[in-house]
Amino acid sequence: MKKVYGSASEALDGLLHDGMLIAAGGFGLCGIPELLIDAIVEAGTKDLTIASNNCGVDGFGLGKLLDSKQIKKMMSSYVGENAEFMRQYLNEELELEFNPQGTLAERMRAGGAGIPGFYTKTGVGTQIAEGKEVKQFHGEDYILEEGIFADLSIVKAWKADDTGNLVFRKTARNFNPPAAMCGKVCVVEVEEIVERGSLDPDHIHLPGIYVHRIIQGQHEKRIEKVTTRSREEA
Amino acid sequence: MMPSEAMGWDRNQMAARAADELEDGWYVNLGIGIPTLVANYVGDKDITLQSENGMLGMGPFPYEGEEDPDLINAGKQTITELSRTSYFDSATSFGMIRGGKIAAAILGAMEVAENGDLANWMIPGKLVKGMGGAMDLVAGVGRVIVVMDHQNKAGESKLLKSCTLPLTGTGVVDRIITNLGVLDVVEGGLKIVELADGVTEEQLREATEATIVN
Repeated sequence: MKKVYGSASEALDGLLHDGMLIAAGGFGLCGIPELLIDAIVEAGTKDLTIASNNCGVDGFGLGKLLDSKQIKKMMSSYVGENAEFMRQYLNEELELEFNPQGTLAERMRAGGAGIPGFYTKTGVGTQIAEGKEVKQFHGEDYILEEGIFADLSIVKAWKADDTGNLVFRKTARNFNPPAAMCGKVCVVEVEEIVERGSLDPDHIHLPGIYVHRIIQGQHEKRIEKVTTRSREEA
Repeated sequence: MMPSEAMGWDRNQMAARAADELEDGWYVNLGIGIPTLVANYVGDKDITLQSENGMLGMGPFPYEGEEDPDLINAGKQTITELSRTSYFDSATSFGMIRGGKIAAAILGAMEVAENGDLANWMIPGKLVKGMGGAMDLVAGVGRVIVVMDHQNKAGESKLLKSCTLPLTGTGVVDRIITNLGVLDVVEGGLKIVELADGVTEEQLREATEATIVN
């Protein structure tokens, strides 16, 4: 079965519909599926719910889908690096469901692993616990969190082979593997599609079973906060 | 009278004092702000820093021109790797946090209550950006050490009988390091462990709303 597609739009063909739930990889602007986001902007799919740790910045990453008003709801741990997000949120044009970062990652992983719910200590006694079942284990309270089962996963990896085996690079891995796992269909964009057999099977970060469609493309890879040290400190 | 904010330790002294809390061999997560400075004071101790976006063995900022967009910390700043570095995904990262593998987290705070409740993620009515990984960290790591100013700009205690702001975690704080000294959360309130340079016990007690127990 052919998994490699010619462009982001081609790879998303037939997968998008209004009101769908999309899980997106990335942390801040690091390891985000920028090409697939652009293609969703182009497709104009509306009323999206997006599970993603952050929501990009103004005019880049998921921020583009805010500008085009395609997002109905975000499931995130940290937002507001963009003025448009705050504007839409304060005007009640955008719903926001805060998830503790580890809970969000585990909700994705759990969904991908066929686990509809799990108990965690994270958020016990806080606003996050409101309305959630509390259960005691070993004398301590835990809250029930639900797995995320997304309609579509959009993910960025460093390299793939044509069977969808993925390798990520440094901290650009972040939410990409759990996001990839929790979608009914997973589309991945990579910097390089390599020859089958050239990736060491022992060094695959995410096996191709989770990956349905792959595209190769050029990435801007914008840096959110450049921080450096001076050479004298060495 | 000296204004209270000039009393005791400055930011770097607080960070240095917090570094004394870390033990050889520990895996540690440092929050944003003063906690980040703690890395400058670990000395010869074998400490591995975790960045919750998926890295153990966080190195210093890169030299100019050597920034890598694929290598950032949880504050989204460019950083570098070390010879001991490993990378992993966010679910694995929070698995080690939730699973108690991280020995300690050093975090900032807006308020701490005498029962160890911590508030450091939102002020109602102000822009709320989210809790990030703070709730997972305080619920999961072995020891939660808070580094914070003892009082706010209006001179009011940030160490309270009970928190007024939405909580990050309940009963999670173990030790508090402020510009005025070091306090532990114990049965019945806070216990003074150490006074900052030039601070008297009376001054610390006056600056603290929380119950101080002996």
